[in-house]
Amino acid sequence: MAKAKYRPEFIVQRDDEKCIRCQVCVRMCSNDVHTYYPETDTVISESSRCVGCHFCEDLCPTGAITICRSEPQIKENYHWSGTEVYNIIKQADSGGVLLTGMGCDRPYKDYFGHMVLNASQVTNPSIDPLREPMELKTFIGGKPEVVVIKKSSEPELATQIPPQLELETPIMFSAMSYGSISLNACKSLAKAACDFGTCWNTGEGGLHRDLLPYAHRAIVQVASGRFGVNKEYLDAGCAIEIKIGQGAKPGIGGHLPGEKVPEEVSRTRMIPEGTDALSPAPHHDIYSIEDLKQLIFALKEATRYEKPVGVKIAAVHNVAPIASGIVRAGADFVVIDGIRGGTGAAPTVIRNNVGIPIELAIAVVDRRLREEGIRNRASIIAAGGFRSSADVVKAIALGADAVYIGTAALIALGCHLCQKCYTGKCNWGIATQDPYLTKRLNPEIGARRAYNLLRAWSLEIKEMLGGMGINAIESLRGNREQLRGVGLNEVELELLGIKHAGEAW
Amino acid sequence: MRKPKRIIIREEYCMGCRLCEVYCITQHSKSKDIIKAYRGEEPRPVSGIYFEEKGSVSFALQCRHCDDAPCLEACITGAMYRDEGTGMVLHDREKCVGCWMCIMACPYGVIKPDFGERKVASKCDLCIEAEFPACVEHCPNEAIILVDEEGERIYKEAV
Amino acid sequence: MDGTPDRDFRVPSGCGITGIMNRRGRAFSGEVILSSICNMLERGNGLGSGFAAYGIYPELKDYWCFHIMYQKAPSKDHAEEYLKDRFRVVHHEPIPTKRVRSLEPVPVLWRYFLEAEDGGPDEEDFVIRSVMEINREVDGAFVFSSGKNMGIFKGVGDPDAIGEFYRIPEYRAYIWTAHNRFPTNSPGWWGGAHPFGILDWSVVHNGEISSYGTNRRYLENFGYYCTLSTDTEVMAYLFDLLVRRHGLDFETVGNVLASPFWSQIERVEDEGRRRLLKALRIAYGPALVNGPFAVIVANSKYMVGLNDRIKLRPLVAASKDDFLYIASEEAAIRVVCEDPDDIWMPKAGEPTVGKLEDEDG
Repeated sequence: MAKAKYRPEFIVQRDDEKCIRCQVCVRMCSNDVHTYYPETDTVISESSRCVGCHFCEDLCPTGAITICRSEPQIKENYHWSGTEVYNIIKQADSGGVLLTGMGCDRPYKDYFGHMVLNASQVTNPSIDPLREPMELKTFIGGKPEVVVIKKSSEPELATQIPPQLELETPIMFSAMSYGSISLNACKSLAKAACDFGTCWNTGEGGLHRDLLPYAHRAIVQVASGRFGVNKEYLDAGCAIEIKIGQGAKPGIGGHLPGEKVPEEVSRTRMIPEGTDALSPAPHHDIYSIEDLKQLIFALKEATRYEKPVGVKIAAVHNVAPIASGIVRAGADFVVIDGIRGGTGAAPTVIRNNVGIPIELAIAVVDRRLREEGIRNRASIIAAGGFRSSADVVKAIALGADAVYIGTAALIALGCHLCQKCYTGKCNWGIATQDPYLTKRLNPEIGARRAYNLLRAWSLEIKEMLGGMGINAIESLRGNREQLRGVGLNEVELELLGIKHAGEAW
Repeated sequence: MRKPKRIIIREEYCMGCRLCEVYCITQHSKSKDIIKAYRGEEPRPVSGIYFEEKGSVSFALQCRHCDDAPCLEACITGAMYRDEGTGMVLHDREKCVGCWMCIMACPYGVIKPDFGERKVASKCDLCIEAEFPACVEHCPNEAIILVDEEGERIYKEAV
Repeated sequence: MDGTPDRDFRVPSGCGITGIMNRRGRAFSGEVILSSICNMLERGNGLGSGFAAYGIYPELKDYWCFHIMYQKAPSKDHAEEYLKDRFRVVHHEPIPTKRVRSLEPVPVLWRYFLEAEDGGPDEEDFVIRSVMEINREVDGAFVFSSGKNMGIFKGVGDPDAIGEFYRIPEYRAYIWTAHNRFPTNSPGWWGGAHPFGILDWSVVHNGEISSYGTNRRYLENFGYYCTLSTDTEVMAYLFDLLVRRHGLDFETVGNVLASPFWSQIERVEDEGRRRLLKALRIAYGPALVNGPFAVIVANSKYMVGLNDRIKLRPLVAASKDDFLYIASEEAAIRVVCEDPDDIWMPKAGEPTVGKLEDEDG
C-alpha cells in the first residue's frame, strides 16, 4: 500500500435550493474545491481539498454553503486522535517534517481564562470612561530611576529621558514579515497603526518601499537571517527589535517557503527568487549574552542612540534569567512571545510542544526584574495569542507594559485560522504572494478593520479600567491585586503572584 | 450640463468574483430577491455590469454616462436620452425599437441586447430606482466605488 | 488579644482627617486637635483613630524615638534585645496612658529614645531598615512611630477615647495631625489605625488606592517593603522616596502622585514645563496614585495636604495668623478657628504646603 487517501477535515454542505449557480465559489476557491458542470447544471464540491477558510461561505450571495468540521474518524481511542494517526500516515508517505501555520492549538491550560478582574464599589468609586478622562497612553523604553530638576526661576528638567515610543494604546501589531503575508496585508496594518497612534512591526521581511510612508511607526526587526537589513532600514523605523526567537517555534528560525518568494519579496529580503528563506536557528554572531550586548550597542551606535533597541525572545523555561540578562545587556524593551504565538510556517511538532504560556512568562519575568531592581530599565512587551481586550488587561496587570497582537490582527483582516499559511494559497489574500489572491485584500478595507479592532479593544480596556477605579493605565501595570485566580492550584497562583477569587485584600 | 455621479473602477481590487453581476440582475428583477430572480423568473434580466479579465487583471465595466455619449447620437427613437436633473444617460425601454445602433456605437461595449419580453437594448442605469447602485453596495472588496460630481467618494453608510 | 487577625487583610479607609500647624514652631495643646477631630466623629465608626505630634520631646530631641506596641510579653523582650544590638538606648519608659474602659483590651505600649551607634550619612536608611526588620521578624511587636522629637499615638477606638487614653491634651506640639477611621472589615489590631509613620513622616489618609499593587511593587525596587496591609503605608514610603531620597519639592511630588492628565499637559504653554511634566509621568508612572485620596503628610518641617487627581475625597484648608489648618470638613476647622483669614478648597493634585519658618536670622 504505497499512498494513503486523506480523510477530509471539512465537509462542504450545499443547500441546493438556495444555490443559484452563480459560480462565485467555483471561481474563488484557490484549492479548487468547487466545480461547475454545465451539462447537468450542478456544482460539485470536493471536500477533501477544503481547508476550512470559509471564504466561499462568506461570499456566497444566498448563504447556500456551510463548511462543517469533520474529524478523521478512527475507532474510539483515548490516546490516539484521528489527527495523530493521519500525521503519521503523511510522514510515512513523504518522509518529511510536517508543517503548519498560526499558533499552538493544543489544550494547554488557558491561564487568562482562569483569572478574573476586580471592580470598585462603595469604598472606592468606579470611574466612568464616557464622562471622565481615561488614559491609555503608554511609553516603551527604559525609564530613569530619578528625575532631577534644575532649581532655577522656572524648574527645568535636568535628567535625560532615554528614547521612548509613545503609543496611544498599549496594543501594537506583532511582527509579521512581508513574504509570510502579502504587501496588502502589511499596508493594512501599517496604515491602521499610524492612524491610531501605535506601532507595527516589519518582521524579518525587510521594509518594502511601498511601506515607507508608514515607516515612522515601524519597529524594524533584525532577525537571524538579517533579511533586508541595511542602513536605510535601520534609520527608517522608530525602533529596532533583535529577534532571537518567537513563541511559535522557539529555538528555530523563521521559515518562508519558496512558493512565497516572488520577485518583490526577493528584492525586499535580498535573497534569490523562489528559494526557501530559512533563517538560521541562532544568530551566528550571538552565541552568548555578551555577543547580544555587542549587537545591541552596535545597533544603537548605528542609529546614534536615537531610538529604542529591544530584543524578542520566545517564552521558555528560563525566560526570567534570560530576560534579566537581556535587560542588563542594554535592551530598552524585551518582547516575550508565548507558546500560543502564531507563524506563517513552522514544524507542527515544535509549534505544539515547545515554549510556555505567556501568562506565566510575564509574571515571572516581571517579578525577577523587580527583585533585581532593574524593572525600570526596559519595557516588557507580551505576545502570543491575545484574543480579547480582557487578555490585554490581564497581561498588563501581571506586569507587561504593552502587548503585540498578530493572530487577532489577521482575523480582523479576514483570517479564519485554517492554519494553511505555509501553502501560500490563502484565499483571503493575507498569507500569500499570488497576485490573483493578494488583490482580494483591499488595504483600505483592511486598514479600516484593523483600526476598528484597536478602537474597540481600547474602548473596552477603558471600561474595565474605569470599573477598577483607575484612570491611567500606568496604575494597572503590575497591579496584581486587581486579579484573582479561579480554579488554579497553589503553585500556579504563586507563580502568577495572584490570590484566589474570594480572598479580599 | 450637470455631471452625473459616476462609478469608478479600481481594477487592483477586483477579485473576479462577479458578484456585481449577480446583484445587478437581482436589483433589476421583478422580485428583487436573488433566488427568485435566478430560479423563478423568466426571463432573467440582463446585467448592466460586465466582467472582463486577462491573467490576474480583472474588472467589471458599466455605462460611463459619457459627457459626449455616442449612443445618444446613434439612437433613432430618442429612447436613449440625457436626464438633465442628474446628468445620467438613461434608456426608455418603451421607446426602444431594438435597432441596436447604440450597441454598435458604444466604445466601451457596455450596452447589450436584451431578448426578454421585447427585443430592446439594455444598459446600466445607476440603479436609479434604488437608493444606491447594487454593484457598488455589494462588491466585497470595494473595487467599484461611487463618486459625486466633484469626484468625492459617496458611501452608502458612514464608514 | 489573640495575635493580629486583620493584619493580613488590607483595610481600605473611609474616614476623617485633620491637621493643624503653627508655622512659627510655637507649640500648642493637643486639646485643639482633639476638638477638631471629634467634630467629625460620624466620619469614623469607632474602629480606629490616632494622632501625630511634632515637637513633643524637646529635651530628647536629638534621639530617635520609637513607639512600640506589644501583643505579648515575650515580644517586648525580643524587641528590646534587638534594639540593644543596634542602638544605644538612652532612655525608655511606658507611654503614659489613662485607663479608658471602652478600649479594653489594650496592647503594651512603650517608647524608646535611641542613638544609632554608627551614625553616618545612611543613618536614616538604617533606621528604616531596623523598623522594617522588627516589624517583620519580631512576632507580636510593632514599631508605630520612629522619628525624632515627634510621636504617633493611635489605636482601636473613637478619637475622644483614644485622645483620653494617650492623654493627648497634656502634650504641646507645633504640628498636630489626627485621623478617625471607618474601616470596612473588622479590625482588632491597633497597628492598623492611622497615622502611619516612618522616620519623622506621618500620614493620615482618607482613601483607597486602586493602584496599590503597582505602587507597592515600584517601592520594592527601592527597598521599601509594605508589611502592613494598609494603603497608607505606600503613601508614606512614596513621600519618603520622592522628597527625602530624590529631592523633589512638594509641587513636583503632587505632579507625580496626582499627575495632571495628558490633555492638560498638552495645553501647558511653556515648553520647558510641558517637557518636565511629561518626563515625570514617563519616569514615575508606577508612582501615580490612582483611586480616591485625601492625605495630610507631615514631617518636622512641613505639613502637606494633597488630593487625588480627580478629587474624589473632600479636603478644605484655612489659615489664620501663624496657623495653617487642613481638614476633611470645614466644620472641623471652624470648631477650633471661628474666623479664619482665608479658607479655600485645594484643587485636585495641587498640594497645600505649610512650611516651618526658620528662627530669626
